[in-house]
Amino acid sequence: MNVMQPIGRIRGAVHENERHESGHKHVSGTAEYIDDIPEPQGTLHGYLGLSQRAHADILSIDFEAVSSSEGVIGVLTAADIPGENDISPAHKHDEPIFVTDKVEFHGQPIFAVVATSREAARRAAAKVKIEYRDLPHVTDVLEAAAANYPLVIDPLKLERGDIEAGFAKSKNILQGEMRIGGQDHFYLEGQISFAIPGEDDEVLVYSSTQHPAETQHMVATVLGVPSNAVTVNVRRMGGGFGGKETQANIFAAVAAVAAKKYRCPVKVRPDRDDDMCATGKRHDFHVDYKLGFDDEGRIEAVDAVFSARCGYSADLSGPVTDRALFHADNCYFYPNVRLRSRPLKTNTVSNTAFRGFGGPQGMVGGERMIEEIAYAVGKDPLEIRKLNFYGGEGRNLTPYHQTVEDNIIGRIIEELETSADYAKRREAVIAFNRENHVVKRGIALTPVKFGISFTKTEYNQAGALVHVYTDGSIHLNHGGTEMGQGLYTKVAQVVADEFQVDLDRVKVTATTTGKVPNTSATAASSGSDLNGMAAANAAQQIKARLTKFAAERWNVAETDVVFEPNTVRIGAERLSFNEFIKIAYGARIQLSAAGFYKTPKIHWNRSEGRGRPFFYYAYGASCSEVSVDTLTGEYQVDRTDILHDVGRSLNPALDHGQVEGAFVQGMGWLTTEELWWDAKGRLRTHAPSTYKIPLASDRPRVFNTRLAEWSVNREETIRRSKAVGEPPFMLGISVLEALSMAAASVAEYRIAPQLDAPATPERVLMAIERLRAAARQKG
Amino acid sequence: MTIQIRNTIRFLLNHRLVELADVSPVETLLDFLRIDRNLKGTKEGCAEGDCGACTVLVGRLLDDKLKYESVNACIRFVGSLDGCHIVTVDSLAQPSGPLHPVQQAMVNTHASQCGFCTPGFVMSLYGLWMENPKPSISEIEKALQGNLCRCTGYAAIIRAAEAISTIGDVGKDPLVVERERIAGELASLQDGRRVEIGSETERFILPGSVDDFAAVFEANPKATIVAGSTDVGLWVTKFMRDISPVIHLTHLEELRRITVDADGVTLGAGVSYAEAYPIIVEHFPELTELWDRIGGQQVRNMGTVGGNIANGSPIGDTPPALIALGASITLRKGDRRRTVVLEDFFIAYGKQDREPGEFVESVRIPFVSDNARVAVYKVTKRLDEDITAVCGGFTITFDAGRVTDAVIAFGGMAATPKRAANVEAALKGAEWNEDTIERAVAAFDQDFTPLTDWRASAEYRQLVAKNLLRRFYLETQSSGQIRLDRTIAVAV
Repeated sequence: MNVMQPIGRIRGAVHENERHESGHKHVSGTAEYIDDIPEPQGTLHGYLGLSQRAHADILSIDFEAVSSSEGVIGVLTAADIPGENDISPAHKHDEPIFVTDKVEFHGQPIFAVVATSREAARRAAAKVKIEYRDLPHVTDVLEAAAANYPLVIDPLKLERGDIEAGFAKSKNILQGEMRIGGQDHFYLEGQISFAIPGEDDEVLVYSSTQHPAETQHMVATVLGVPSNAVTVNVRRMGGGFGGKETQANIFAAVAAVAAKKYRCPVKVRPDRDDDMCATGKRHDFHVDYKLGFDDEGRIEAVDAVFSARCGYSADLSGPVTDRALFHADNCYFYPNVRLRSRPLKTNTVSNTAFRGFGGPQGMVGGERMIEEIAYAVGKDPLEIRKLNFYGGEGRNLTPYHQTVEDNIIGRIIEELETSADYAKRREAVIAFNRENHVVKRGIALTPVKFGISFTKTEYNQAGALVHVYTDGSIHLNHGGTEMGQGLYTKVAQVVADEFQVDLDRVKVTATTTGKVPNTSATAASSGSDLNGMAAANAAQQIKARLTKFAAERWNVAETDVVFEPNTVRIGAERLSFNEFIKIAYGARIQLSAAGFYKTPKIHWNRSEGRGRPFFYYAYGASCSEVSVDTLTGEYQVDRTDILHDVGRSLNPALDHGQVEGAFVQGMGWLTTEELWWDAKGRLRTHAPSTYKIPLASDRPRVFNTRLAEWSVNREETIRRSKAVGEPPFMLGISVLEALSMAAASVAEYRIAPQLDAPATPERVLMAIERLRAAARQKG
Repeated sequence: MTIQIRNTIRFLLNHRLVELADVSPVETLLDFLRIDRNLKGTKEGCAEGDCGACTVLVGRLLDDKLKYESVNACIRFVGSLDGCHIVTVDSLAQPSGPLHPVQQAMVNTHASQCGFCTPGFVMSLYGLWMENPKPSISEIEKALQGNLCRCTGYAAIIRAAEAISTIGDVGKDPLVVERERIAGELASLQDGRRVEIGSETERFILPGSVDDFAAVFEANPKATIVAGSTDVGLWVTKFMRDISPVIHLTHLEELRRITVDADGVTLGAGVSYAEAYPIIVEHFPELTELWDRIGGQQVRNMGTVGGNIANGSPIGDTPPALIALGASITLRKGDRRRTVVLEDFFIAYGKQDREPGEFVESVRIPFVSDNARVAVYKVTKRLDEDITAVCGGFTITFDAGRVTDAVIAFGGMAATPKRAANVEAALKGAEWNEDTIERAVAAFDQDFTPLTDWRASAEYRQLVAKNLLRRFYLETQSSGQIRLDRTIAVAV
């Protein structure tokens, strides 16, 4: 037995700036994505054939040219699906894999070609001849409402206080409306699945999915086999952002059906343009609002309807539109409130999850209301924000009757105002605008409060599997998926920290339904909250067994068995971790455990609109300054300062990256990213040449990001950290508000600019023209 | 003169010489790397040369000098690579050895998240670093205009780009150390022969010289001419068009000549945007910003001014400016040459003044008189790497406070790049003041009836076109800030 000095600290403990576990592989091109997996001999390729109409009856389909095309093995239609022809994640049976008699959006899958190469399959698919009979179609939210299109799912109403009485006592009442555009995920790695048939009813599917368990379930349903026949694996995705929560399912299902039918491995990977046409996006919203407020700008009553372009099916539109309502209050107390959702069907692709999951749209609506009040009472919008923050006696209840208990927005705003020098810079902006007539500037400081937990309570559970091998190396597997956010790194840090071994002793292996079952989507920012806890639980189980064993073997109290850096101290003795594990194995101690976690305290009654849907809130704020060219509407972000709350960060370097990336993505959503459908119902911005996400040169010219280092989660989350995936996305709102102020300057800040999103240069210029005309009228 | 023919193409791929006899004219470099050579480090993000995930370096010779440039492998045809050196991310670090300084910098600054765009960023930064080991932020941004990242927000990538030279010495980089040897190897591949590969629907030709090109094209007037393939590449990857027979021309050094004389500049039709850049900056500084905003760096390295003109797009980047400058082009068919004023080349949408078998051989840009003021404004949804919504080129000549001549051309306003004849007329002879400008602005409605599409509405286009003339005027008055200042100091 060695007696050794303890090593100071382990490498890669929690709270440290550990590098992404795949960083060295990303940069050298050796990180394996699904399209990089070596293809077994005989691998076939599937390609989807998409509808060329927005809404039409299919009268006939002629596959002759397809089938006779070079390299084609066969064509799959609904008739080839052995199980159910449906992958509706809402279980509404409204989402066929292949439509049979009617198409409901331009780009809807009708069939798939299977061929010896992807190129051959793709070329063949384009040769189909389909006879359609056009039906009237609707792509726009308001047109859908006007045409009495149905709702895709039951709407939600949140109500608190007395809305009529609230308006009755309001000195000022204001009504307005806002349009908020959708957003394509533009994950750099497109959708892809690769299915390898197995014995009997088995199939192994590599899928770029955020929700392997659901993909497994969908593949099983479509094949008509039990879930135990299907294994879904994913090592990493090249980006997800919500776009691979449900949208990966069809590609997995088609690959699996083809693989079983032809008894060959089958890969399905759409071209970028087809990916963007055939898969769902962030919901576009229309917000109709009525506000009551006093002369100071204090809100008395809010009544708003959030209508969403859901597309042809329910998908996740229910929870997405719910979350829009949950965030329409942002950080503000509404004494009397009624919020209603209207999830409308349209003849467009079925919209889906996207970072923030409806929350951003709700929050943009809420911030529009603040802005309206500010211009109405002639104050800096920030003053109105502060005036209406949650806090104080009787002012902590949300519209869904959850009490805000962890409010830190006041401190965040105060610190950011100081570090960004907000007041002085706002004065300078106003002075600049007085002197300059072409370029105008704007500045805005906006807050974020975002609720953490799946609102579907049962999703708030997770599993993990930890093995310690006899050489002391550790294998970690959990239900979360890696899409770049650094989840694998963080959870490995948690396990390394539990065992007090260096991080490189822990290997995280590809997420697979075969190791951890019945997992939830890696979504709702929940990845490290849920999987970190489950992995910690697994490690703790093994540690408990080891501790008990050591106490008995060395005849010491269990409290005298301590896991120290790469060693275990047992009474007065110290063993290396590896040596200790070998001894424990020899004594037949089980060195493997399945961990589990479920989030406590949460509950939600949707029909009553009451409960505690969120375990806690994450907070943040950003301050952006912009310059706008009032001749063209073009603009740039001159400076952004961010202060964001991630509780006690598991890995500040990775969290910093999440915050910066989310901000830029949120800014893109509200500025240059525009989805544009033509009169035929075709999406025409379906590739990076036409759909413009931010570039390096679009990021703020000065970009200061800080984490609120003092913040500690008051709830018992994993090491008191907070979720980081979605909340900082909404920091981008400060850019929209700053653009709005720059526009308002042309009318001396006397008229609310009502700048809709995305604020493309065109929308900015047209707002400026409208304001100039209105100012001239006012005189 | 008898032309000698070779039936293979030869190039260096990382450390190896590759010789291919059986290549499809539509095979892209990306598919060749990933499917044929199992080099999976290079990724496909968009297959249209816009996202940069497929960025590789291509080294090619000009006057025996070897230069490496970033290109989009997804729209680059393998057939165009004869005599080149292709460097992919797979060759930068050995599995057992240390990472390349560019790669190490990216790891150190947490510059990758999902990692899918990362190899492309590494290659773009590698290309920049070899040319410019200590780039400024705006130089880094320019080098990365053609690389999209959806995860990081770019700040960490910029930090990495700034740190590379603190990690490694560019003087010790293998491609720098070995430059002369590789150049020699590439030179030895150049035998002046015509390359012919395949037959019928699967045929492409690399002419042995410009004269040979003229002869080959005259004999095959239906052939598709491919220069930078930044447009033709998409005909294949997006529209799945058959383009055989293909004639490549960027390997012809004769077509990459730039000559400057007392009256102007002549660009060979194969001169890339990047190759033309120093000349543009020196002689036509008003076009610098436009040039910086053509595509991304990869597209500027591949695409040619000649191709931008020859394809006749109404939203091409260079025609409005070139028309305003009075540029002309030389067309050649066989041994016959003729010169056409650029604006006359564009007849209608999809129709140019070019006979079958005739090609654009060179572009002539004359210098403007000392009394003339030139401006070019490109307006887009996103500032960089975006296609024109409205682009206006202006050359206005003054004498004693009056306009003596005005040439104004717009892209994005009509079916072709088109002059604003009525606006010009309203300006000519008039005093240079606000009243004149407003009278001229009204004439835009006579000159243009733009369309609405996903880039902009008709209303916006018309208003912006008018405002660009107003801007031109304001810039002669210089009062306050009238352009966005993209050079604001960036602290990352």
